[in-house]
Amino acid sequence: MRNFFQRQGKFRPLSRGDVRGKDQGQQIPEDLWVKCPKCGELLYSRELERNGLVCPKCNHHFRLRARERIDLLADADSFEEWDAGVQPMDPLHFVDGQGPYDEKLVKTQAKTGETESLITGSARINGRPLALAVADFNFLGASMGSVWGEKLARAVERAVEQRIPVLTVNASGGARMHEGLYSLMQMAKTTAAFHRLGENRLPHFSLLVDPCYGGVTASYATVADVMLAEPGALIGFAGQRVIEQVTRQKLPEGFQTAEFVLEHGMIDQIVDRGNLRSVITTLTDHYLGMPEGLETYSPNGFRSARDAKHAVPEEEPDSATTGTGGES
Amino acid sequence: MTDTHQDQDTAQAIEGTEPTAPLTAMDRVRLARDPQRPATLDYIGELCTNFIELRGDRTFGDDAAMIGGLATFRGRSVVVLGHQGGTNTRENIERNFGMPRPEGFRKARRLMQHAQKFGLPIITFVDTSGADPGIGSEERGQGTAIAECLMQMIGTRVPIVCTVIGEGGSGGALSISLGDRLLMLENAVYAVASPEACAAILWKDASKAAEAAETMRVTAADLDRFGMIDELIPEPVPANEAPRDTIHTVGDRIEAHLDALYESFDPDDPEAMAALLNQRYDKYRKIGAWSETGEVEP
Repeated sequence: MRNFFQRQGKFRPLSRGDVRGKDQGQQIPEDLWVKCPKCGELLYSRELERNGLVCPKCNHHFRLRARERIDLLADADSFEEWDAGVQPMDPLHFVDGQGPYDEKLVKTQAKTGETESLITGSARINGRPLALAVADFNFLGASMGSVWGEKLARAVERAVEQRIPVLTVNASGGARMHEGLYSLMQMAKTTAAFHRLGENRLPHFSLLVDPCYGGVTASYATVADVMLAEPGALIGFAGQRVIEQVTRQKLPEGFQTAEFVLEHGMIDQIVDRGNLRSVITTLTDHYLGMPEGLETYSPNGFRSARDAKHAVPEEEPDSATTGTGGES
Repeated sequence: MTDTHQDQDTAQAIEGTEPTAPLTAMDRVRLARDPQRPATLDYIGELCTNFIELRGDRTFGDDAAMIGGLATFRGRSVVVLGHQGGTNTRENIERNFGMPRPEGFRKARRLMQHAQKFGLPIITFVDTSGADPGIGSEERGQGTAIAECLMQMIGTRVPIVCTVIGEGGSGGALSISLGDRLLMLENAVYAVASPEACAAILWKDASKAAEAAETMRVTAADLDRFGMIDELIPEPVPANEAPRDTIHTVGDRIEAHLDALYESFDPDDPEAMAALLNQRYDKYRKIGAWSETGEVEP
């Protein structure tokens, strides 16, 4: 607690979760307390983690790293990663103001501990199998390049083979400029893969999380069978700075938030992080039928996971330890 | 005009040199944007007869930056689609400088469905700096409109031949380029972002656009080398100086590719239809540059 008083002026949002903080230089590795960027509340970081990185006071959804997301979403130990060995290349020998792209890749991989900005694999949610593709915003702003396209296309093709639905968790700063037209073409490649998924009558659920822009918004992520978003997430095609510069207009209040795109008819639901497992479970059961030996997890549909837990006396033993945001 | 470039195969271009002299990427960008360069309506006017423009997205409005309709092209009825900017200020405002809004993409999607319904092949002319980045476009779902266009195009059950005739700018260009053939004029460019936008983001300096254009590999020759286009159509004289010749050369190539596609395509044969769609899938499925380490899964 002594530490707390000495450092309170320096507290930054969670070092791993939220990269929106403007004070990124002040990384305090042993953060015990985290200041909510929305309501300013000082939160005990353990408690915030137990709450799925959602502020218990104002429901601000902190950004999650891809693996944190998978931990929160999938049944414990159910995630099996696919194609982790697919590595980015530098086909253009791209050099920008900061140096060559291939060097940037090596640095980013070392810094993030990830090989690329999209992680794919199979998982179970309340026992229901599905293919998962989760973006990691910390890896070059979750920009979509060749690896993203290849891993996602393979994941969707496997989903077709295994006849399982696909859940994508989409954050992105846009197409990766360092791979030039290869990146743009990943919009075509991923959309083509999801077209096949649809031809095979398998559903795609897309969850848009903060922030989701550019080529990802303009391809597979916005033409899913069910469109979901996290509260407060910024979602758009063009970035706000670009729009301001081009139009020289002041952007309306709440522009491009999840609430804004819901109001404008682009998504089906805004889902609190704590409810996500239950929503995906119910959706999966609607499209693929109830798996044998499993009861419906959430008879009340879109209620919170906490409520659903009360409604169903026994959760799958597997998932009890995984937890979702709202269960702590 | 006096930027330095790293590539050996590019050289400083001097105004007025022979057209065969190597041009820098930024020179090509400037040529691609030249207001005298023929645009979609010029191609339709010169190559097609019986053009009936079909307008409107049936939901919100009509977007003059994306035009389309029915036409007779070399003896075939086709659906033609293309971006269209303006040649003067008034027309540019009317056509939003050739940057489609969601209505434009929804019109394009509607016309693709129309072509499919009546079994008409589609030819498209790509020429836009990109999709409109405006408040209204965001409100009406710009991203979704482009995505719906891509989703429609990849599964459209008729042959599609696309040609980049000027500037191929990002998602706005891709929206009508997902065909069975992608042709590109020698002095056209096709890029994930405009060189200016790329420079502003990665150099924090829009004046580095020439460097960005070079390293982004936006020219037809680059994309041909990467196997991303099916044919580079030479411009012995730049299109802005020889518009009519260029247009007819493009027309010949489109016709040749349509003929080739129809050799094996029969709208009444389910196998031929499946083959067309599978080839289109494979065409985009294989694009990417990545390596693989460790155990490769089956």
